[in-house]
Order: sequence, then structure tokens, then C-alpha cells
Amino acid sequence: MNKNLKGKTVAIIAILLVFVWGIFLGTDPKASVDAMRKGAAERGVAWGIVSGIGQNIHLGLDLKGGLHMILQVMVDEAINSDSQRAAERMQTSLKAKNIPFASISVDPSRPDRVVMKGVPPEQSSTARDIASEQLSEYDMSSDANGALFLTLKPSVLRDNKTHAVQQSIEVIRSRIDTLGVSEPVIEEHGLGENQILVQLPGVDDPTRVKDIISSTGMLEIKQAFGNNAYPTEQDAIAAAGGLVDKMVLPGSSIGSSGASGYYVVSRNSVVAGRDVRDAEVTRDDAGRPAVNFQLTGDAGTRFGEFTGKNIGNYLAVVVSGKVKEVASINAEIHDSGIIQGGFNDQSAKDLALVLRSGALPASLHYLDDEVVSASLGRDSIKQGVTAAIVGMLLVMVFMLIYYKGAGINADLALFLNLIILLGFMGFSGAVLTLPGIAGVILTIGMGVDSNVLIFERIREELRAGKVPSQAVDQGFGHAWLTIVDTHITTIVSAAILFLFGTGPVKGFAVTLVVGLLANLFTAVFVSRVIFDAHLVGKERGEPISI
Amino acid sequence: MEFFGEVNIDWMAKKWYFLCFSLVVTVAGILSMIFWHGIPRGVDFTGGTLITVKFNEPVHEDMIRSALDKAGVKDERVQGIGPASNNEFIISLGQSSADEKALDKGKEEVFKALNNSPLAGKYVDRGSSIVGPQVGQQLRNQALWATLYSLLGMLIYLAFRFEFIYGVAAVVAVFHDTIFTLGVFSLTNTELSLTVIAAILTLIGYSMNDTIVVFDRIRENAKIMRRESMRELVNKSINQTLSRTILTSGLTFLTVISLYLFGGEVLHGFSFALVIGILIGTYSSIAVAAPMLVAYQGSRAARQGRLAESKAQEKRRDKVRA
Repeated sequence: MNKNLKGKTVAIIAILLVFVWGIFLGTDPKASVDAMRKGAAERGVAWGIVSGIGQNIHLGLDLKGGLHMILQVMVDEAINSDSQRAAERMQTSLKAKNIPFASISVDPSRPDRVVMKGVPPEQSSTARDIASEQLSEYDMSSDANGALFLTLKPSVLRDNKTHAVQQSIEVIRSRIDTLGVSEPVIEEHGLGENQILVQLPGVDDPTRVKDIISSTGMLEIKQAFGNNAYPTEQDAIAAAGGLVDKMVLPGSSIGSSGASGYYVVSRNSVVAGRDVRDAEVTRDDAGRPAVNFQLTGDAGTRFGEFTGKNIGNYLAVVVSGKVKEVASINAEIHDSGIIQGGFNDQSAKDLALVLRSGALPASLHYLDDEVVSASLGRDSIKQGVTAAIVGMLLVMVFMLIYYKGAGINADLALFLNLIILLGFMGFSGAVLTLPGIAGVILTIGMGVDSNVLIFERIREELRAGKVPSQAVDQGFGHAWLTIVDTHITTIVSAAILFLFGTGPVKGFAVTLVVGLLANLFTAVFVSRVIFDAHLVGKERGEPISI
Repeated sequence: MEFFGEVNIDWMAKKWYFLCFSLVVTVAGILSMIFWHGIPRGVDFTGGTLITVKFNEPVHEDMIRSALDKAGVKDERVQGIGPASNNEFIISLGQSSADEKALDKGKEEVFKALNNSPLAGKYVDRGSSIVGPQVGQQLRNQALWATLYSLLGMLIYLAFRFEFIYGVAAVVAVFHDTIFTLGVFSLTNTELSLTVIAAILTLIGYSMNDTIVVFDRIRENAKIMRRESMRELVNKSINQTLSRTILTSGLTFLTVISLYLFGGEVLHGFSFALVIGILIGTYSSIAVAAPMLVAYQGSRAARQGRLAESKAQEKRRDKVRA
């Protein structure tokens, strides 16, 4: 029974050292040591150690302070602009083959569907051929009135939505990066469809951050029907004479041509969000700030065709659904252009940043935002840690009094359990939150329970007249089954919570699962080794302290 | 040191008292959830705005309220947190102030109102939380489903390790605890926040743990004591594990009480739920789960008895006919 005692002790010490490493040095020992040195230089040795631990154990926003937001990506907008481009391609192709049509436009009630009206029945099969050749991601159908429908295939629709969310995440990330926030979380929010979770630790001023994220709407270049602004929306609609191919957009107050007013522009965009390759601040001929943009190859070709055909007409630069500028087209422009007038240095720089980081494929709605000030976070963690330490000390003192010698076992096991838990957090980068602390408390509770179970069982066996070594053996043997059942049941439930939960539920589940695994090891294995080591030096039948 | 020697309590004789107590509290809780306070949900779930401010001089809630009212902020609630000397308050606004387009509007109004009042410059913004109605609903649904799935997972594991009825009894006991706790929250009109959900998950884990310890002993005793009835078996098992039950709950209670006392305002609802949860989790193992086992065995025995009797009768009849 005791033959492997030495090996077991070495194994326990090795595991202990590994997790102590995790707490103090983590996965990046150099950074941890740097943090320790810096902390120690600033506010003494104790603070240095705390800084080192802080480098490895990541605290949630509720403990650290910061900004938490959930954003909804309006994916239908992205699908809509895809469909608009498809409609435009169809128009161009049909015109090239001399097939007449009344209108080709996106179904206003379904962004994934293009409606083609007025194609002569005898030529509809040619139109179908063109569609299936050029727009293979669309399904063709028709109705009794001879209208043709191009509907985005469901799988493509799903992919495009996912793509829009992914692209939004990338865009937001590149913007946040320019703000220099450390350890930002920008990821898909598992809870709702097409939602993004943004967590920015240490950000106390949400307004600024939100401005930077939300001012980053979509860039579109559309054909403008005239460069005059109408005073009201109604006037503009009346002037447009039907809104099948056209739409009315408000002017942006910063724009060059007219602070307010409404413009009539084409419903289709020549250039949309994802077509911009690069943008930078430049100067126009008069030396005023302007923004120079470059288009991707494909978009450049389209833009060239459009401008070539429309020399003397107007184009509208639309940012975030507002007309920024209406300019006359003086020459065929291929892959670059200048948005000019009305900028100051700051607004030009902002717009260039917006365009450069790739415009968002769709606009964002804020669903939720939470700011925790660093001071509140500090108070929470101070109180949480105080409570946990006081609770643990009380438990430890009680165990020592009630179980005497064996109480040391239990206390060591509890302590080791905590080290494994914290060490794991240091290695894995898992985040400790308030609900996570709840998980730690349940772990402490179950750790105590395992020890109590074992000790009570050993006492029972001793009362039944067994010698200590036998009592320990059987006490562990019987209690082991119970401990396995209680732990596995709780681990099963915590694992399910982890899989189906997010946010607070998940934080709770992580610490609980790790804590329970640690517990199985400390309460059963470590405690047993200590008992055995204790029994080795004793005569058979000599009483143990329990 | 030892608190408990041999105990010999007939727990099952008290099952009607247990049933009465559980029924009275849970039914009162359910009635309160339906007709009275509902389940009082915090901004986390209903959507709305929460703003925490701390003043650097003594301020009364009414001063904040009047400053807000004067500026035309509607439906606000002002609540002091911690001891009065803390001068820290939570200002909450209902959902209407947080529509999805202008999430910040309510918050801006509050700060504008404070800055236009004599309180200007005497406070720090400690943080705020604005929850859109959609997110609250998602969270609620998700927490509910995650909990139900995890109960199902435990049921399956227990059915596999013990017998199906053990799993059912344990899950019913845990369910009882959840309803009980929610009922107490409803009766006392204490708001449920996300951290309280974490507490309820904790109490489910704790209660399940406690029940399994008793069940394990029943299973073990069933192997050695084949003569005893289920009722005696259960009584004996509860008595044998009683000292561990009381020690463990006592010690866990100690941890939770220290959390309640030192854990600060943020953990208040959380530790309140745990204080109830540990008491009720311990109670339910003895008073809900165990009697269910006895009742099940009893009804099965009665059924088998009736079956045996009717078979015997048939045999007699056959004999007569023969």
C-alpha cells in the first residue's frame, strides 16, 4: 500500500510546482517577470507580486472595469447591396444582348431577391441563360405575369450573412487596434443571430469609442440625378418621378455641396462597402484636406465603365447612408478617386481611417452596453477576495479544531485546490469574473465536503473497531464512490452549462469544472498520500489524530 | 472533537410535515409569481438603464430624485447601496429609456440633470449598464435552456449510475429548491440579476451534491441490509450521513455568510440566494428526495402485492373449478 509513497509525493510536488508556475509566470514568463519588476519598482515587493499575478490571471470586465457592448449587424443591408449589384449586372448584360426589360431591381420586401419585369416571353429563356451563367449563386423562378425572380440560394444567403458578421468583426477590430486598447474582445456573440460582442477593458469613456465604431458606416458611390439638393424629402421624391431604380438620400451636414437637403440617386451602387482597397488624406488643388481612395481591381473596372459612360453626369459619394458629396464626372476614372471639400484635417483623417479599415458591410445597432468604472471593479474584487479569504480561513480553522491532525490534510488539500485552479487560469487565459468567483465558492464547498465525507467515514470505521490503517483504507474506499458520483454529476451539468451558456453562465461553468477536477485530485489522492505517509511511521493499531 | 454520536431519528415519520412546509412555501411563491410580484427581474433581463454614482459628500436619495424630476427624467428609481456613509446610489430607468436606436439617451439625460443641479461636480460616475430589451430576453431564454439541459444531463447520469427513480427524485428535489428560491425572491420582491442566476446554478450543484451523498449511502446499505424495508433503509442512511450533512452545510454556510457580509453590494443578491439555497438544498435531500424513494418503493410493493394477491385468487378459482 505504501510502496509508491515516494513516487506519489514527487508527483504531487511536481504538479504543485507546475501550477505555481502558472500563477506567477503563466505562458509568458518574460512578460510576467517584467510586470513584477515594474510593480515592485513602483509600489514595493508585494505590489510587484500582485502585478505578476495580474499579468497571468485575466479578470473579467466586472472586476477590471471597462466597456462591454453587444452590437447587432444589420445583415440584410449587406444582402441587399449584393442583390443590387446582381441587379445591375443583369441590366448591363441584358442591354448588351439587346434584350428589352421594364425594370430589374431588388424586391423591397426581400433583400435576397431580384425582380425582373417586362422581359418579353420569347426572350426569357435567353435571360435565364445569362442569369444562370453570370449569377450562379441565384435560383431562377417566374410567376404567371411573366416576372422573373432571382433568389439567392439559401446556403449562399447563410454564408453571406456569416461573412458580413465576420467582416464587421474584422473591421471593428482594426479600428479598435488604432485606439490602443489592450486585450480587446471582439467576437461573435453566441446568444443571438448576427450579433457581435465587444469588450474593451479599461475604457472609461464609451462615447468616444462608440463614435469611432459607429461613425464607420458604409461607403457607396451611386449615380446622382442632378447635383441639386431638394429642401424636403417629398420634393425630392416628386422630382425623381418614381422610386423603382432611384432613391432619395439626405445630405450629410459635413458634405461640400449643401449642408442639408435631399438628393435623388440611383438605387444601385456602383461601388459598395467592400470595394475600397486603401484611403489616405491628401490635398485638393486648392490645398484643402481631401480623401484619396483606391478601389479593388473588380470594383475599379466597374467604376471605370460607369464613369466612362457617364461623363458630364453626376456621382454621389454616400457614407453611412448620407450623401457626402455630389461631383460631376469629368473623365473616366478607374481605380482611384478623391472625395473633396468641406473637410477639416480631423474629419478627413477620420474618413480615411474609416475607408482604409474597410467599410462595414452593414450598419450596426447597439443592443446593450455596460460600463464598469475601474474603481467599482477594484472594490468588487477587493470585497470578493476578502470574502473568499475570510470564508476559507474560517473553514480551515474549523477543520483543524474538529479533525485535529487530519484537519491539516483537509487544509492542505483546500489550499492546493486553489493553487491548481488559479494556475490553470494562468495557463489557459480563462477569464475570472464575479460568477466565476461563485464557481470557486462552490468548489470550496465541495472540497470541504469531500474531506468531511472521508473523515466521517474513517471515524465510523474506527468506531466499528477497525485499526487505523484499515479504517483509512476503507474510509477512502467507500467515500471515493460517493465523491466520484457527486463530482461527475456536477461536472456533467457544468459542462452542459459551458456548452449552452454564454457570459456569466459560462464563467461560472469554467471555474467549477476545473475546480472539481482539482478537487478530485487533492481531496482523494493528495489527502490519501498524506494519511499514508503519516501511517508509515506508526505501529499497527497506534491511534491517528482525526 | 465530535458533535454527533449515533442518531436515530425517524425522518420518514415526519414526511407529512415536510410535504406541508414545502407545499406552503412553493405554492405561496408560485402564487406570488403569478398574481403578486411576478418574478422581479432586474435591468439585466427586462432591458433598461442602470447608472451607479458615488458622491463625495452625504446626499439623500430624495435630493437625487428631485434633481432628476426637475429635469423631466421619468420613471426613475434611486436606490442607495451599502451603508449610508457610502454615498453610493444606483439610478435605474425603465426600458422605454433604452430603445435600440438611442440606447444612450436615458443615461445622457440623467447626467445632464445631475450636472444642472446643486449636485454637479460632487459625484463620480462608477459605471452604467444599458440593456436593450432583445438582449435581456435572449439571456433569460438561454439561462433557462442551459439549466434545463443540465438538469436533463444529471438525470441521465444518475439513472445510469443508480436507478431511474433515483435520478427523478434528485431532479425533483433540485427543481423544488429552484422554485422555492425563486418563490422567496418573488415574495420578498428581491430583484433577479444575472449574478443571481449564477447563484441559482450554484445551489443546484450544491443541492444535487447533497442528495447524491444520501442516495449513495442508501445504495450501499441496500446491499448489506436486505431485510430492512425501504423506509428503515432510508432513515438509517440519512442518520448515518447526518453528521457529514450538517458539517458540510455548516461550513459552506460559513463561506456564504462571509460572502454576504464582506462581498460588497454587487454580490448581495447573489449571496442572499446562496444563503437560502444552502439551507433548502440540505433540507430537500432529506425531506423531498428521500421520501420520494420510499413512496415509490411503497407504491411498487403495493402494486406487486395486489398483483400477487389477484394471481393467488385466480389460482384458487382455478382449483375450485378443477
